[in-house]
Amino acid sequence: MEIEAKSHPFDKYLRADRIPHIWCPGCGLGTALNCFLQALEETEIDLKNLAVVSGIGCAGRVAGYINVDSYHTTHGRAIPFATGLKLANPKLKVVVFSGDGDLFAIGGNHFIHAARRNIDMTVICVNNYNYGMTGGQLGPTTPLEARTTTAPYGNIEHPFNLCHVAAASGAVYVARWTTLHVRRLKESMKEALNKKGFSFVEVIAPCPTAFGRRNREPSGLDTLRYYKEHSVIKHGIDPSEADIEIGGDIIVGKFVDIEKHTFNEAVEELIKKARK
Amino acid sequence: MKKEQIKFYSGNIAAAEGAIAAGCRFFAGYPITPSSEIAEHMARRLPQVGGVFIQMEDELASMAAILGASWGGAKAMTATSGPGFSLMQENIGLGAMTETPCVVINVQRAGPSTGMPTLVGQADVMQARWGSHGDYEIIALSPSSPQECFDLTIKAFNLAEEYRVPVVVLMDESVAHMFEKVVIPPENKIKIVNRKKPDVPPEKYLPFKPEGYVPPMACAGEGYNVHVTGLTHDEKGYPQATDPEVQERLVRRLCDKIRKNERKMRDIDEYEMDDADVALVSFGISGRSSKAAVKEARRRGYKVGLIRLRTIWPFPDEYFEKIAGDIKKFIVVEINYGQIKLEVERNVGKEKVILLPKFGGEIHKPHEIYEKIKEVYNGD
Repeated sequence: MEIEAKSHPFDKYLRADRIPHIWCPGCGLGTALNCFLQALEETEIDLKNLAVVSGIGCAGRVAGYINVDSYHTTHGRAIPFATGLKLANPKLKVVVFSGDGDLFAIGGNHFIHAARRNIDMTVICVNNYNYGMTGGQLGPTTPLEARTTTAPYGNIEHPFNLCHVAAASGAVYVARWTTLHVRRLKESMKEALNKKGFSFVEVIAPCPTAFGRRNREPSGLDTLRYYKEHSVIKHGIDPSEADIEIGGDIIVGKFVDIEKHTFNEAVEELIKKARK
Repeated sequence: MKKEQIKFYSGNIAAAEGAIAAGCRFFAGYPITPSSEIAEHMARRLPQVGGVFIQMEDELASMAAILGASWGGAKAMTATSGPGFSLMQENIGLGAMTETPCVVINVQRAGPSTGMPTLVGQADVMQARWGSHGDYEIIALSPSSPQECFDLTIKAFNLAEEYRVPVVVLMDESVAHMFEKVVIPPENKIKIVNRKKPDVPPEKYLPFKPEGYVPPMACAGEGYNVHVTGLTHDEKGYPQATDPEVQERLVRRLCDKIRKNERKMRDIDEYEMDDADVALVSFGISGRSSKAAVKEARRRGYKVGLIRLRTIWPFPDEYFEKIAGDIKKFIVVEINYGQIKLEVERNVGKEKVILLPKFGGEIHKPHEIYEKIKEVYNGD
């Protein structure tokens, strides 16, 4: 079967002149981006006021492909950059799109504090269990015993459970899906985009080139098959019960959806009070 | 304010007020001695003028936040001291690369490392210039009084907006904590520069195509869909991270926009230089001790003058080249082990330059400088 088309239906959201992208075959980032663009299509967000901020790494390249105001910042600093952007122009809808190493290792401190402050932004973390761009090193989410280039005998570090970190730090919306759950992922992205306050969506994604092939999942399809066999939807559970272990089930779902005063609202009130 | 005001301010407070007068409406910072009063003052004052203050989790975040705020359309600033300035270097580099206007106040204390947190130093001169990796140029200004803290902070914002570059206000602990009279001019007498906006529609706009040396800047939400990256990028803003020609074009321009405009940014306070045959070279608090020493030496007949640098970076090479022939010796007075000295040497030759250092924790006493002047003349 031949598929012929002059353009992709989502080209209007993309900097089409930058495609093809840099991502490897089987990578989950294209799927995550596609879900995000579908979420944009199905929400009322005014693209003129949408800004996407990324850090460094494979996921850090997302910002550069979306045709909105987009900022590809330094490693780990997407969230504080986005904090300044949002506070300077509260009309903006600010989305941080980055990876697990960027957001939770080098940028971990910024993540927990932005969540604590309840800054009005959406953080989408594509978690592929390793540093893909630099060749597959151990990351803060690498499951115990998994093999990476810097854990050649198997990982001996306990990984972060990102949703647990987000919830414990104060995020008002926390969800996790794999790139197999495209419709549910898109729905969570929509909810997160519409949520006031610090919302967090974790996307578990395959990285066959750097991670999968060292961990008995040499193709993206192997990893998707694993997701199919091991994903368990448990909405509303305490995310502390959703740790990820090699060979174990991946608990997915929406874990947190609460209301809380945002930093941005508090700043507005403060300005009114100070100006009296 | 519509009328001129006379205030009694410390250097830190004067700098904060200068920022507000310049239009700063966003401050992100992290507490550190001896700069904390700037953050404290901004926390109180910014909401009164509709601005935003945020205390970040560290200086990495503070610097990133002001870059973000600048792209959000605000004039933005942070303030810190040595250890925090070290952490900020990462995103000062991003600011230089992405041509983001912003102001960083570094109230210098004695280092290295934690050093002497409450006491004066001037040893971050080279760090201000070379602190981040890669080739770039930056602007740094150095005030010697609370009045200059006010004036030069305004100037720092204006230069940042004009040249689209992070500007460092290189204060020192003594100037920061000294209280003096500060004259605040009426609002309409304060010169304010704002970044140039694109005057073409989005489809014709190339976000990193310069007019002269500096490209007009479209901020988030203005409809230009700009991509901004710390990667080597072309005029469209797109990464071209494997093309040495794009790299050369970009880095040349980032450096030349400062280098080629050095004369416009030059700000030197010359004192008794008309007939001088020996010149002190100094800045910040050391510039004041130097001035006292020159007065004393002149009274005793020594034809010594003072070159006090208010703009430190870009360094006024051309100025020093020009006067080198008229001056027999340059005595560089600074609270470090020879940083500005290297710049002076580079321009006038090693044999003409004498360093009078302090290592931090104390300022030069005027009589120590005077003794050095005497020694130079008597050694002739």
